[in-house]
Amino acid sequence: MNKVLSSSLKIASKLLQDNSISPSELTNACLQRAKNNSKYNAFITLTEPEARKQAEESSERFKNQKTLSELDGITIAMKDNFCTSGIRTTCAAKMLENFIPTYNATVYDRLSKAGTVLIGKCNLDQYAMGSGTIDSIYGPTKNVWGYSDDPNDFFIAGGSSGGCAVAVATGACFAAVGSDTGGSTRNPASYCGLVGLKPTYGLVSRLGLIPLVNSMDVPGILSRTVDDCVSVLNVIAGHDPKDSTSFTKPYRRIRLPPANKMSIKGLKIGLPVEYYCQDLSDEVLETWNWVAQLLEENGAVVKEVSLPHTEYSIVCYSILNQCEVASNMARYDGIEFGFRADENISTEKLYATSRSIGFNEVVRNRILTGNYFLLTRNYDKYFNKALKVRRLISSDFDKVWEDVQLLLTPTTLSTAPKYKDFVNKTNRDQCALQDYCTQPANMAGIPAVSIPIKLSNSGMPLSLQLMGRNLSEPMLLALAKYIENIVAFPQYSTRLL
Amino acid sequence: MFMRRFITYLNTRRKYSKKSIKNKWKSVVGLEVHAQIYSNSKLFSGSSTDFASPVNANVSLFDSAIPGTLPVLNKRCVEAGVLTALALNCRINPVSMFDRKHYFYADLPAGYQITQQRTPLANEGILEFQVYIPGIHKTAYTTRSHIKQIQLEQDSGKSLHEEERSLVDLNRAGVPLMELVFEPDLVDGEEAAALIKELVLILEKLKTCSCKMEEGALRVDANVSVHQPGEPLGTRTEIKNIGSIRGVAGAVNYEIQRQIKLLEKGEIVVNETRAWDAVNKITVAMRDKEEKQDYRYMPEPNLPPLHIAMGSVKWGCVNADDLKATLPELPYQTRSRLKDDYGLTMEQSIILVNEAKLLTAFSETMNKNVDPKLVANILINDFLTLIHKNKMSLDIVQVDGKYFSEIVGLLQNETINRLTARLLLSEMLYGASESPSKIVAARGWAQIADDEELKALCKNIIEINPKIVKQYRDGKVKVFAALLGQIAKESNQRANMSKVPKILKELLEK
Repeated sequence: MNKVLSSSLKIASKLLQDNSISPSELTNACLQRAKNNSKYNAFITLTEPEARKQAEESSERFKNQKTLSELDGITIAMKDNFCTSGIRTTCAAKMLENFIPTYNATVYDRLSKAGTVLIGKCNLDQYAMGSGTIDSIYGPTKNVWGYSDDPNDFFIAGGSSGGCAVAVATGACFAAVGSDTGGSTRNPASYCGLVGLKPTYGLVSRLGLIPLVNSMDVPGILSRTVDDCVSVLNVIAGHDPKDSTSFTKPYRRIRLPPANKMSIKGLKIGLPVEYYCQDLSDEVLETWNWVAQLLEENGAVVKEVSLPHTEYSIVCYSILNQCEVASNMARYDGIEFGFRADENISTEKLYATSRSIGFNEVVRNRILTGNYFLLTRNYDKYFNKALKVRRLISSDFDKVWEDVQLLLTPTTLSTAPKYKDFVNKTNRDQCALQDYCTQPANMAGIPAVSIPIKLSNSGMPLSLQLMGRNLSEPMLLALAKYIENIVAFPQYSTRLL
Repeated sequence: MFMRRFITYLNTRRKYSKKSIKNKWKSVVGLEVHAQIYSNSKLFSGSSTDFASPVNANVSLFDSAIPGTLPVLNKRCVEAGVLTALALNCRINPVSMFDRKHYFYADLPAGYQITQQRTPLANEGILEFQVYIPGIHKTAYTTRSHIKQIQLEQDSGKSLHEEERSLVDLNRAGVPLMELVFEPDLVDGEEAAALIKELVLILEKLKTCSCKMEEGALRVDANVSVHQPGEPLGTRTEIKNIGSIRGVAGAVNYEIQRQIKLLEKGEIVVNETRAWDAVNKITVAMRDKEEKQDYRYMPEPNLPPLHIAMGSVKWGCVNADDLKATLPELPYQTRSRLKDDYGLTMEQSIILVNEAKLLTAFSETMNKNVDPKLVANILINDFLTLIHKNKMSLDIVQVDGKYFSEIVGLLQNETINRLTARLLLSEMLYGASESPSKIVAARGWAQIADDEELKALCKNIIEINPKIVKQYRDGKVKVFAALLGQIAKESNQRANMSKVPKILKELLEK
């Protein structure tokens, strides 16, 4: 069974179809695997009773040969900022510590209706504000790679979907749904050696995803293989009438051919020169060059391109992020739901105290600056200007698509940093550094995927990112699969056999 | 005698000084109207808008701002907004946007209201209307107010404050509103009230708002300032949430007088929000929220721009051209029709259009055999006066069109006279159980129209009044009226008084 947990979703699905294993057996093994690896702190809530129930129902369907999809019986995990009916959804914040939604996020609803089994809700930075999964009231999530038993000396998992990454890396589930606003899915995927997809904005419904930046948030997928990622995407993508920003055009399921049957002859791939930045580590640069060369050798046309406004992306993002945060967080006043302070002097005082206790400093900082940027006298100077810069960044990509079909870049500037080094910088500085390569895709809404390439000299995963134009997921994921096949990255879960 | 003279003196004096103040000060009035859109469900959620529901029964997850929920725009509300904008001659914007307006309040769960601040649904409209309050204006006059914008937005919930605690009812949270912002084009409370009345007539006709002001379905804010001619506009105050049409007139007029009094005393008008106390008929300063609020407007990121199809653009949430084709006859058109087709006066047309029940009765009575002016007269001069005399309101009175038509018929074929018609109308007021002709027959109310019978009546009066008859015959023709009066009285008002004078004259001059 351990072998199954380390295999791909495709293989597990086949074993379920063959009745070689039952959904209940698989779920039990996953729950056990999650418990055995609790030291990494991937989960905020293990949804054991729900998982067992779903597994039983799935087993019943297999018995009656009435399975719901190829994902029936497959174990998954959700980042704890997706609403799950009857299961607490905390955003890793005191404000929502006891929040139990009465509805399902569309993404989870679709996964659940496809027969998957939810084994738990995963750790994150409070309200997904961070890039390390360290700012959680439940403590930091620890990277499986380079782990030693010294509790204070570990590598971060990346974030803010770090819990999801570790859950998938340890084999506690086959895929996890995170969210990606500035790189929150791709960053932990990069540090934990996983496939991390940020779909095109509007392709996957945001209903039930507790928002960070509405205009950039997308549900993301973390998995061990590109094929697994496609299987999950095929279930969750497509129009949702309850999300007015989702595409109305019907979604066409993606089917990727076997890697050895693919050819990349003539495929035009760009290397944006702005991504050769100052903080880029040698090993990442080397990996980047190596893969670029590999693609060229296989017939792709690889060339340097320019995205001239890349360097402004972070500061622009920072303004837009804080403005939307200030607005989105206004609902947490302790009246209708969430944490309410014991305060009776006045309604205003009740708001102030509840919010000051319910949010951590990062969240409070962003609310304050966001409100400052939105003041009438500042609106044009900051928010409006940031919108214009966003347009420029987006048109950089539009221009580049006239030249190339896909872009190959680093995902992160280095391998996963050590926790103690990471916390030396403020949350803001870390986000600026961590999101450098991932953030522009969110500005433009385009799809991007991080894929693990190889291990560094110190044994940590090195990853690269592919970006494509809006709705180019089929091509993007095809190239990802092609590269995956060539580089044959050694998944961590295979070590747990 | 002295007293009477003194009062006359006071009256002329008051008239005089009022006139001088009126010339010295000019008042400027602008209105903002919040009209709840007549729709089964809320602006962005599926919950009901039923006013009569139990507390917090119409609250969806979105209405209570549960994290992760998203707004979905109700198409019906867009239709209503576009129809209203078309009826008010607005320019519909092919693309409009939604914004978030932030402020903390317990009955505003999200901490912001979704509205249309920067690019609203429609701009630059114009509403022309008649100002005519019988008793205040001798004749009607036409005026107009420009409309700055019409925007769609959410209503807030309601807070109920008790001594020890505050309670929140979210039934109203998210109910669709149209906010109509008028330019400050008016001069007094009567104009303001007339504008609101015209607006109510239009919205009711379009069925885009119930206009039930008592339920808060239509709420009026008035901006009022006064200044001296040639000077810039004075400091304005805003009277919030006026809940009736007469309240609008009262509040605005009170506020104009209050401001003039302050300025006459050399004091200043403070820019503040005031409320209309309908019981004491005064405006009072509201406890202002400490400082001026900065609403930190931001585009609503969860709603794409709202597209309206029109002209060559066929794609949009709704099609403005198609909606335009469905516009019903508007009040100003009805008034013109009454004037042009039936020869009514402007004042009669205004009253009929203002009172839907009278208009219905009028329309039901109209056919080629009836005299429209007579019908309008009976409705306005007889029926409406009767209602006022009885201290009743038209709202609670049943106006039976068939019953009314029959009265008009009886009147026109001279079966009854005007006085009997009034008696029959009075019967209707209290719910007549039988038809007018049956009542007339049963109570012997039919007019005496037979010449012989009338002759006998006249003869009898001549006989019993030899003195007056002599006076008449001696040349004092004025006493003729006294004889007529006696005949009417003697016949229980049943004599056909259009025939009697001729007969009486003949008999007297024999």
